[in-house]
Amino acid sequence: MQAELIEIRNHLAQHAPFDDMPEETLDKIVSGIEIAYFRAGSDILKFGERNGYLHYIRSGAVEMYRRTGELYNRLGEGEIFGQYGLLMSKTVRFPVKAIEDSLIYLIPDEIFQYLWKTDDNFTDFVEVEDRSRLRSALSRRRRSSQPMTARVTRLISREPVTAPISVRLQEAARIMTEEGVSALLLMDESGDGSKLSGIITDRDLRTRALSEALPSETPISDIMTDSLITTNSNAFIFEAMLTMLHNNVHHLPVMEGDTIRGVIALSDIVKHESQSSLYLVSNIYQQQDVEGLKRLSKEVPSTFVRMVHEDANSHMIGSAMAGIGRSFSQRLLELGEEKLGPPPVPYCFMALGSMARDEQLVVTDQDNAMVLDDSFDPTQHDEYFLALAKFVSDGLAECGYSYCTGDIMATNQKWRQPLRVWKEYFADWTENPKAEALLNSNIFFDLDGIHGQIEFTEELKTFIAQKASNSQRFLAMLARNALNRTPPLGFFRTFVMEESGKQAKTFNLKRRGTAPVSDLIRVHSLACGSKAQNTFNRLKAIAGTKLIPEDGVDNLRDAFEFIAIVRIRHQALAIEAGREPDNNVRPEDLSPFERSHLKDAFQVVSQAQKFLKFRYNAQVARNV
Amino acid sequence: MSEEHDSKATDTPVEELPWPERFRELARQATDKRLKAFYEAGCVAPDTPLKEVPFVGLDFETTGLDPNKHSIVSIGVVPFTIDRVHLGGSRHWLVKPQLPLHQTSITIHGITHTDINKAPDLSEVLDEVLESLAGRIPVVHYRSIERPFLNVALKWRIGQEIRFPVVDTMAIESYLHPRRQPNWWQRLKGQQPISIRLPDSRLRYGLPHYPPHNALVDALASAELLMAQVQHHFSPETPIGDLWL
Repeated sequence: MQAELIEIRNHLAQHAPFDDMPEETLDKIVSGIEIAYFRAGSDILKFGERNGYLHYIRSGAVEMYRRTGELYNRLGEGEIFGQYGLLMSKTVRFPVKAIEDSLIYLIPDEIFQYLWKTDDNFTDFVEVEDRSRLRSALSRRRRSSQPMTARVTRLISREPVTAPISVRLQEAARIMTEEGVSALLLMDESGDGSKLSGIITDRDLRTRALSEALPSETPISDIMTDSLITTNSNAFIFEAMLTMLHNNVHHLPVMEGDTIRGVIALSDIVKHESQSSLYLVSNIYQQQDVEGLKRLSKEVPSTFVRMVHEDANSHMIGSAMAGIGRSFSQRLLELGEEKLGPPPVPYCFMALGSMARDEQLVVTDQDNAMVLDDSFDPTQHDEYFLALAKFVSDGLAECGYSYCTGDIMATNQKWRQPLRVWKEYFADWTENPKAEALLNSNIFFDLDGIHGQIEFTEELKTFIAQKASNSQRFLAMLARNALNRTPPLGFFRTFVMEESGKQAKTFNLKRRGTAPVSDLIRVHSLACGSKAQNTFNRLKAIAGTKLIPEDGVDNLRDAFEFIAIVRIRHQALAIEAGREPDNNVRPEDLSPFERSHLKDAFQVVSQAQKFLKFRYNAQVARNV
Repeated sequence: MSEEHDSKATDTPVEELPWPERFRELARQATDKRLKAFYEAGCVAPDTPLKEVPFVGLDFETTGLDPNKHSIVSIGVVPFTIDRVHLGGSRHWLVKPQLPLHQTSITIHGITHTDINKAPDLSEVLDEVLESLAGRIPVVHYRSIERPFLNVALKWRIGQEIRFPVVDTMAIESYLHPRRQPNWWQRLKGQQPISIRLPDSRLRYGLPHYPPHNALVDALASAELLMAQVQHHFSPETPIGDLWL
């Protein structure tokens, strides 16, 4: 390259995928560049025509179209096109027209092929399939996340301490004291070999034995926890942390197949990661009043930001934030019960929406409900439950979880009903679906029991799974609603591009990004009878069926993860800048990397929506 | 802007022959073999459509504006046709000026005395320079620099002058904007005169800003400008004879 052409090299070096290239490579590119000028309105590439160049827009703007003439993309300075044809057949797949007078730098195929073979970043960037590009972008992120990749085995410092299930209370306490452990694993040795059957912890001894003044000879099996929650030895620490958060347990046996590798305690994780979200959670349970909880809630945003900096993925962050929200609710319910006395009939407090899906972020309102035992008598019992619901709801509002504007809260009598009534609700929604009504009840199809008789919610989940998968009309209606919100087409300069070619200044990453994905995945998930609530878990359930093509599942997962993580980062940046976090993003706030991959993700979502429409005949539902 | 040519009668003075014939005649007369080779490469006929003309963007940086008092400091060339510039064929030479390099031109070109002291005399690179122009129509922005400076430089070094047609992108802009000065009323409304300087002209066609005062970048800038002018105001079928001067 002539040194005088450094200006051209510098321009390339400011734009992906050239921005990471060494100078020698850029020089080689510049030496091969040819330059062409196109007047506004003229064709640059025609469909089916041969093309031997990667096109780089030096000035001006162009539009790409699908073969059908539909707008595919609008590109401006520093962006490239023509790569699809180069990688495939050397013929043009997406015709391109100049919409402004444009100066185009043409990079010959020979150099393109050289870059494609030697530069991984370049290859990722220009890869034919938008989807695989998205995947490699995500895996690059994953590789770079160090703090989140430590495994639970690192926390195991000793052999597990076990005792036969036949031990008595006092003996169990003695072993724990001698060994200096806060949890004892109980083994059933009746069959061949010994099998882990239960766990007893310091906390159990206090709450279940001492406070009840149980005799020292009480069989340990009477008070142990037998529905064991464990983790796998190759699980990451964050996964163990999420398991603890979700189930509100402080000890996890670590299993390797049937063998116990050890036990990890909440305190181990807190030591490992002194500022982890679990630390915040464990503090939540120590608060004695709403005031204390409110004080603690001020730390939620910084916990969120920290996780973002540690490169946690959206699942980790969403679950941790939901875990924190759940803990606030649980503690408030405990405090409420202390204040109002024990509940007159059993009940379950349900989280709905993003908290139930384990996809909560910092900007959130409270969506909750109560499922009461069928023996509930409104005249006798409702005063208590209303007071409890109000206590929790007000408390949550104090802690930053604002009141639900749609009044979907346990304080609303409609959403504070016995199990039998809840079943009627769900039966009505699924059997007599009305689009409008379903729009408002969407949120009830993401539900999770967080306190009390969790079984009530589990029963509802089973009920819904059966009902929903059997009602084509319901699924069609739900699918139709899921198509109400579409992703934008992409970005152009400082604008958001719509499929119609219209441009806007900002867009909402929740309404136009994550929500359309979780909406459409909910439809598939209900169709396959899954009880999963989290979008990623639902995708796993869907993958097990033939409901959508296999790579469709992977693409949706990647698209969802990417959109979610951009949304999360956007909020974290706002918090750090001392601004109120929100979901409205301006294209100029996005990095070139985010812009191009968001475009890919939107593409995946848009295609998935088209498939949804076709799969559930959502069009027909409109006329029902 | 075409020139009127007389018949091809042999007694016609060389200066009045059409360019292709004039090149043949000058080739015959040339004694310097580099100059002879340049003419022998020929010149396209005036009725050649623009789309078939091989062009070369040409720009000199000089120590001043008077070819008899000032010298060439650097030369930039970039070959192109009206639909393609080939950066791979671009060249740039620094040459040692015969006259002192003024402080002012140093600041303009960004060329230092050290660069200049190491540079060869134009005569040492003359073969390369003429080769890069051979068979092509040079495109310049403001025709009173490159052709006269090269002419004087050759007269001094090889005792022979050089003649060739050029396309002047500034002359084209001047022709397109005959009344560049706003009238009193337009001035009152704050209207600025239309500038036909290279960067300003480029701006009108949506061409990017390139840093000025480097011979190669300016040569490229003029080449791109001609491509844009042809697309906006002429046609690929326009004969070159309508544009060259």
